[in-house]
Amino acid sequence: MSGREQRTMRNMNIMKPKNAIKIIKRVISYMKPYRVQLVLVLICVLISVASNIAATYFLKPLFNRYIIPYIGRQNPDLSEFIRMILTMGMIYAIGVLATYSYNRLMVTVTTGTLYRIRTDLFSHMQTLPIRFFDTHTHGELMSRYTNDTDALRNMLSQSFVHIFQSMLMVSGVFTAMLLLSPILTVIVVLMLVIMIFIIKKLGSKSGRYFREQQMAIGKVNGYIEELIEGQKVVKVFCHENKVKSDFDNLNNELFEAAKQANTFASMLRPIMGNLSYIHYSITAIAGAVMSITTGLDIGSLASFLQYTRSFAQPVTMMSEQFNSILMALAGAERIFDMLDQEPETDEGFVTLVNAEKNEKGEIRESAERTGIWAWKIPKDDGSAEYVEVKGDIRFSNVVFGYEKDKTVLSGITLYAKPGQKIAFVGSTGAGKTTVTNLINRFYDVPDGAILYDGIPINNIKKKDLRRSLSMVLQDTHLFTGTVMENIRYGRLDATDEEVIEAAKLANADSFIRHLPQGYNTLITADGMNLSQGQRQLIAIARAAVADSPVLILDEATSSIDTRTEALIEKGMDRLMEGRTVFVIAHRLSTVRNSNAIIVLENGSIVERGDHDDLIKQHGRYYQLYTGLLELA
Amino acid sequence: MIRKLFPYIGKYKTYTVLAPAAVIIEVFLEVNVPRTMTKIVDIGIANRDLDYILRMGAMMIIMAVTSLIMGALAARFASIAGTGFSKEIRKNMFYKIQDYSFANIDKFSTASLVTRLTSDVTNTQMTFMMMLRMMIRAPIMLIMATFMAVSINTRLSAVFMVAIPFMGIALYFIATRAYPKFRTMFKKLDRLNAVIQENLIGIRVVKAFVRGEYEEEKFRDIANKVRETQRRAEHIVIWNMPVMQFAMYGCMLAISWFGGNLIIAGDMLEGELMGFISYVTQILMSLMMISMVFVMLVISRASVSRIVEVLEEKPDITEKPSSEGIPVEDGSIRFENVSFGYGGPEGNKVLENINLSIESGEVVGIIGGTGSAKTTLVQLIPRLYDVLDGKVIVSGRDVRDFSLKTLRNSVAMVLQNNVLFSGTIKENLKWGNENATDEEIIEACKAAQAHAFIMSFPNGYDTVLGQGGVNVSGGQKQRLCIARALLKKPKIIILDDSTSAVDTVTDAKIREALKKYLAGTTVIIIAQRIASVIDADKIVVMDDGKINAVGSHETLLETNPIYREVYESQHQGVVENVGA
Repeated sequence: MSGREQRTMRNMNIMKPKNAIKIIKRVISYMKPYRVQLVLVLICVLISVASNIAATYFLKPLFNRYIIPYIGRQNPDLSEFIRMILTMGMIYAIGVLATYSYNRLMVTVTTGTLYRIRTDLFSHMQTLPIRFFDTHTHGELMSRYTNDTDALRNMLSQSFVHIFQSMLMVSGVFTAMLLLSPILTVIVVLMLVIMIFIIKKLGSKSGRYFREQQMAIGKVNGYIEELIEGQKVVKVFCHENKVKSDFDNLNNELFEAAKQANTFASMLRPIMGNLSYIHYSITAIAGAVMSITTGLDIGSLASFLQYTRSFAQPVTMMSEQFNSILMALAGAERIFDMLDQEPETDEGFVTLVNAEKNEKGEIRESAERTGIWAWKIPKDDGSAEYVEVKGDIRFSNVVFGYEKDKTVLSGITLYAKPGQKIAFVGSTGAGKTTVTNLINRFYDVPDGAILYDGIPINNIKKKDLRRSLSMVLQDTHLFTGTVMENIRYGRLDATDEEVIEAAKLANADSFIRHLPQGYNTLITADGMNLSQGQRQLIAIARAAVADSPVLILDEATSSIDTRTEALIEKGMDRLMEGRTVFVIAHRLSTVRNSNAIIVLENGSIVERGDHDDLIKQHGRYYQLYTGLLELA
Repeated sequence: MIRKLFPYIGKYKTYTVLAPAAVIIEVFLEVNVPRTMTKIVDIGIANRDLDYILRMGAMMIIMAVTSLIMGALAARFASIAGTGFSKEIRKNMFYKIQDYSFANIDKFSTASLVTRLTSDVTNTQMTFMMMLRMMIRAPIMLIMATFMAVSINTRLSAVFMVAIPFMGIALYFIATRAYPKFRTMFKKLDRLNAVIQENLIGIRVVKAFVRGEYEEEKFRDIANKVRETQRRAEHIVIWNMPVMQFAMYGCMLAISWFGGNLIIAGDMLEGELMGFISYVTQILMSLMMISMVFVMLVISRASVSRIVEVLEEKPDITEKPSSEGIPVEDGSIRFENVSFGYGGPEGNKVLENINLSIESGEVVGIIGGTGSAKTTLVQLIPRLYDVLDGKVIVSGRDVRDFSLKTLRNSVAMVLQNNVLFSGTIKENLKWGNENATDEEIIEACKAAQAHAFIMSFPNGYDTVLGQGGVNVSGGQKQRLCIARALLKKPKIIILDDSTSAVDTVTDAKIREALKKYLAGTTVIIIAQRIASVIDADKIVVMDDGKINAVGSHETLLETNPIYREVYESQHQGVVENVGA
């Protein structure tokens, strides 16, 4: 069991009533926009319950007043009877209308609340730091949107109304009983105590098993997700049987827990229902004794017995909601837990704006896209200073580690002047990707500083910082949508022509045109229909369309064959023109023409210089480079 | 639809039968309890007969206790049957997927397989358990209560002749109209989940391009669609309650009116009417239960059909029954007139008329442009896909003659998009050979140049990898995958661009070490770098699904323009630079 699972388990066990109330309050706060509807729901439920009670209540006078007196008469006057029936019909009609209304209103409330929670969760997820995604599996995060939201939906759409209804019924019936016979009501209370005791016993048992079941289901689903994702590897290694037996173990664990959880949950209804019959007989016996000894009238006893029956139903109903509420609260807790995660900190105040230069070289903000960018640094007096975005990036003494006690980069100092092409070279795990992850602030630097056009990057708004950098990442990821949409991802207002222009630059145009629907071909998430290299070409086009002053290429061409790479070289040169470029590549042919090549080893810079310098130095770069030659 | 899944109840059949049996007894008692109850009131209390009340009360308690036990048992049996059923379905689906070929997996996509195995199974289990308890209970209740009501007063029962068909038709309309709406909703929900999943996988891209708001917009749009479709579907389902109330109240009024008239005319007793009404409630309640199950069935139909699709999918790679025990003797490979396409015989051909012969123990490099079908070609060797035309021959036999296990154990393949599983490094490596000793593992890791970095971790070989191997770098992952494949001691090993994230020096070291480690093994290397294949016995140049040329580095450099171009693109300027 991983540490994370242990943590969740502990969390689940300490679901205290105080926490539960907090969570319920928070769920209710999500229903706020539907205040009016909720009030209407309550009113409608009230009407519906009232008409339901009236249904039984009116029967008695109906018999006593309008039927019994006329028994045996030849020409009875039934007009009163008819009027009564009509009145009842009216009340019932209102009841039916109320039932329909609150159900319909609840649909709006439920779907709306779910919508709010979902979108909130998603928006918040977008603000979370990369570190959060590093430490949570996709399956774990997905289940907040699926399982947990589902549990919440059940609670919202059913439990809410049911509990209110039941509470109304219980209190109404209880009052009526109390009025009829306080002594017999004592029996009711006693019975109620027993019932609550049993509910609690069963509830805590089933609660425990339900938690076990949720854990087991989490494990099974996690296993399924991981293994199905790696299914092709399973096949290549003929590991099917081993995987099957591992799966069986988890599946059986789930079966055991689910069996118990469901047993206790579904036992509740028959037990409660039949207890109410027992209750009925006891009341009947006691009532009979009372009517003989103290002269309790039969009519009252009969109605009391009738109430005994209507008392049990809502109690059972409430107890049945118990588990689904428990599950929903556990789900809500996980959802809120994610909502409470600290978002990426952004203390930046410098923004990126379109700019134009006048003859004197002064920079002014512009409303349109000019191709010139400026950093807008607000001053205390409300005015702003503008600094042209040039793409000058400097690291000074940057220390960084993904985990506290493991440094990945130690004391990196480097500079990239505007328009320069800087390459990072070094063996796997030397920290090349990490450097680029710091420039766009996927991670924050604890020690040292990074300056962008002289501005510490921490002062720049993250959004604007990242907008000024185009990236082609190591793991190419495309989104479901057309090729056109995927390239346009780089800049949403790019025209079709600009997109095609970018694709041509990346030499992707020709293969895109060969696709069944050209630029309108749909790409699926896994990009099954494209080869790894083709996906990289699209990713390059995407970065090209973004048209930012700084370009970061992290192994952007690793899956593209060198011939195609040679073909796109011209395009790439044009793309890099006038931009500061950071390149990471294993293929040294890609980095040869850089202004500076930085050789990283174990998180430190061991060499820097241009290709010729480094070759002359006969150092690490020379070795790397000639490693290729020695074999020739 | 759900009937198709019934064969999977399997060993839980007993419980599946016992649950309804217990329910029948429970319902029988439950229907009779009200009768005893009326007797207590009508006879016992009316006559102040304490003895009678005690007797009847005791009887009622006994009946209630029995019914309680039966109910509890039914709950137990239904739980075992229901959860057992879902366990079996999950198991059968998972097993079935293990038998899938690559083509089958491609067809479904992994994300959809995962939802089918998780949410869809849960949905189906809930429906099944509900069916077990309700579908028996409700009809029996309906029959018994109707019988009771008819036995009280046949003429008044005519009310049911109107009420039951009314309910039936209404419920039928609700269920049939709700189904397509729910199906639309589930489709939208699938899309919603897909957007979330994509954002989880591509979060770095989203952040790098500052597309958070754009994605939110996209999400809000689809979430809104989910809300709308759900609202539309539920708006139909909610008719259930009011329709039921309408029927019930209608019956009450009709019975009050007609019954009242009967009583006045002296054709019916007052107590009888009260009893009649309580049976009406039971009858309508059971109809309502049936309709609820009906709606559940309708909702889960989408899930069930998705499960059935997985179970009924035919694995398109099958073993010949005679294949058992035929060993792969050596590592020779021959392609004879091979054609292949992912879309089947009608689709586009990706490979056409491939003829290639590789001797056992040879080292073969494959070079070719992006999309030239290099990966496709080698995937045919361990029979990850079947050829459309022609033959792939390994060790002198058609690959279809071997059992898949024998073939794939002899042909190790390091996939381009490789996966490590959560667990320790050692556990991952043991995928290659479960019985590998520590020495063997270390030896393989040394050959794959992985030993050094593994030892640099505080826990060495016991370092725990996260899902997908998130805590190692791309190049480290590739080397672990190579080591894992080496442990198989295969006859043939295929490295599909497996060192793309590994630097040149390490790459060269790996190839050097492999020569020693895999003496006598056929090695096929797909690579982008000429350096990776330069010392191969034979280099195959692929172009657009065809073999353009085969030869040694020297001959190809002289005779093959594509190869020369690739070589020059990588070696331009090198010679003069180093020479300088």
